[in-house]
Amino acid sequence: MAKKLMKGNEAIGEAAIQAGCRNYFAYPITPQSEVAEYLARRMPEVGGHFVQAESELAASNMVFGAAATGEMVFTTSSSPGISLMAEAISYIAGAQLPAVFVNIVRGGPGLGGILPAQSDYLQSTKGGGHGDYRLLVLAPSTVQEAVDLMMLSFRLARRYRNPVLVLGDGMIGQMMEPVEFNPPPEADDVAPVDTWATNGAKGRPRNIVRSLYLDPEVLEKNNHELAAKYERWKRDEVRFATYNCEGAPQLLLVAYGTMARVCQTAIDELKGEGIQVGLLRPITLFPFPSAAVAELADRIGKVMCVEMSMGQMVEDVQAAVGRTIPVSFYGRTGGMVPSPDEVAARVRSLVKGAVS
Amino acid sequence: MTALFSHPRTMTENITHYCPGCTHGVIHRLVAEVIDELGIADKTVGVGPVGCAVLIYNYFAVDFQEAPHGRAPALATGAKRARPDLIVFTYQGDGDLASIGTNEIVHAANRGEKFTTIFVNNAIYGMTGGQMAPTTLPGQVTTTSPRGRDVETAGYPMRMCELLSTLRTPAYVVRTSVHSPQMIVQTKKAIRRAFELQIQRRCYTFVEVLSTCPTNWGMPPVKALRWLQDNMIPYYPLGLFKDPDIDASLTGQTPRPWKERHAD
Repeated sequence: MAKKLMKGNEAIGEAAIQAGCRNYFAYPITPQSEVAEYLARRMPEVGGHFVQAESELAASNMVFGAAATGEMVFTTSSSPGISLMAEAISYIAGAQLPAVFVNIVRGGPGLGGILPAQSDYLQSTKGGGHGDYRLLVLAPSTVQEAVDLMMLSFRLARRYRNPVLVLGDGMIGQMMEPVEFNPPPEADDVAPVDTWATNGAKGRPRNIVRSLYLDPEVLEKNNHELAAKYERWKRDEVRFATYNCEGAPQLLLVAYGTMARVCQTAIDELKGEGIQVGLLRPITLFPFPSAAVAELADRIGKVMCVEMSMGQMVEDVQAAVGRTIPVSFYGRTGGMVPSPDEVAARVRSLVKGAVS
Repeated sequence: MTALFSHPRTMTENITHYCPGCTHGVIHRLVAEVIDELGIADKTVGVGPVGCAVLIYNYFAVDFQEAPHGRAPALATGAKRARPDLIVFTYQGDGDLASIGTNEIVHAANRGEKFTTIFVNNAIYGMTGGQMAPTTLPGQVTTTSPRGRDVETAGYPMRMCELLSTLRTPAYVVRTSVHSPQMIVQTKKAIRRAFELQIQRRCYTFVEVLSTCPTNWGMPPVKALRWLQDNMIPYYPLGLFKDPDIDASLTGQTPRPWKERHAD
């Protein structure tokens, strides 16, 4: 398929359609409203369904109801909206249904701002909603990768019957880049929907979609089942990329999404000065690529986490590398995006041994 | 021998958890009978509330979804949009529908979602132990209105049929009751009409059923039925608020009383 120049938000909408999704429920919020605008036009063209919900609470619960029928469904929002969706996300995880959520992150807390940020890392990877559940979190760093991960997300959601979160930032949503759509082959590892979906009990026993287990022993067993699923992710679904890690870098950067691209430019800039810096870019934020981070950190000996937040990923990086290797941090927040020069300046001072 | 009365096929054999004298069981049965009669059990999906009827999925032999508190209309919207061929109904109490889920019910009704809502109004929060509901009557004593509902601070009870009838889209809105055999028959007719309109994909359908809560009202079941008749019906008038076939004659604010009036 020929490449097409598309805005990130629109490409995300098109990727869902190309992945076979025909149900989208959403509430407008900057900086991702273009997804709804695009799909309001596009969904009817392919016989799909779009409802502009009355709130993010309603949109995410429409996702819940549609997912429960066994149909592919997704929604998109931005930070404050995702906080409202946390209710349904927890229920969907508890009920073990496939659904895709997209968060085009903006600065917080509260109403915060409308510019790109990565300050929802903890909400995405550690909880957000209540209870013993996890999301599989995918973080694209280009519009093309947003497209590819959207397509993958539907597959993973169905494989594990769990909500999958695509965590972009305002930059990914608003930027235009050339993209092509290559839908993955149909998954062959998905349980037949008739075994669990509420799509009419025709010729089978009735199915019940619920997250309520009043008997604590049964609820505990259910949560162990969930935990076993999350352990399988750690074994089978960890994804990451590295850049300039061959040879003998003096420093390892850990950054994801837009921030990883900025770091890559800084690394190229520093090469010219004879400073070698490696980059590990987590693509799955949960499961976190802890083993890969640890291996590179052991070899390189010095680690810096770079984020568009106050350092929300640092604790995962520190947990991965252990106590002997210190993890420094550089970041801007509130919608400020560090420039390659800013990152390079921080790297120089770190490599020389004195943090300015 | 001809069986004149039997268990609806759409109900399971499970014993319900409802308190003695509670009218949820009657309303469950009416919904199940209608599903039986219309022959739609294998394409019906129920969406349950949070509240006394939270375990409704144990009693209906159809597919069921258990919604977060108040969100049943949103789940039903998602299910019905994704699979328009399914028959979808929500079953919600007054705390679920008229308090935490007000936004969801108003907007689902206003979009004209093609599902059916059975709204059970017993003027109190039952499951959590008898707290004041948006539908609790003025002066009615509950655990959170120990001196009776004070309209100065809590406002007047919300009339959901009247509220939804102010909207142009919702086309079938009725209020019934199950305090007498005559009204139980009438309620079943209303539920059947709602499901038939849904099968015809015509409009959003809303059936409010006045119900009792002997436990939290603190009275025996028969007295509770009488209390409903004497106290709830004057504030929540019974009848048809809107119907797509006779819309012009109805204001949506004053219900057309049932033709076969119950014997008081």
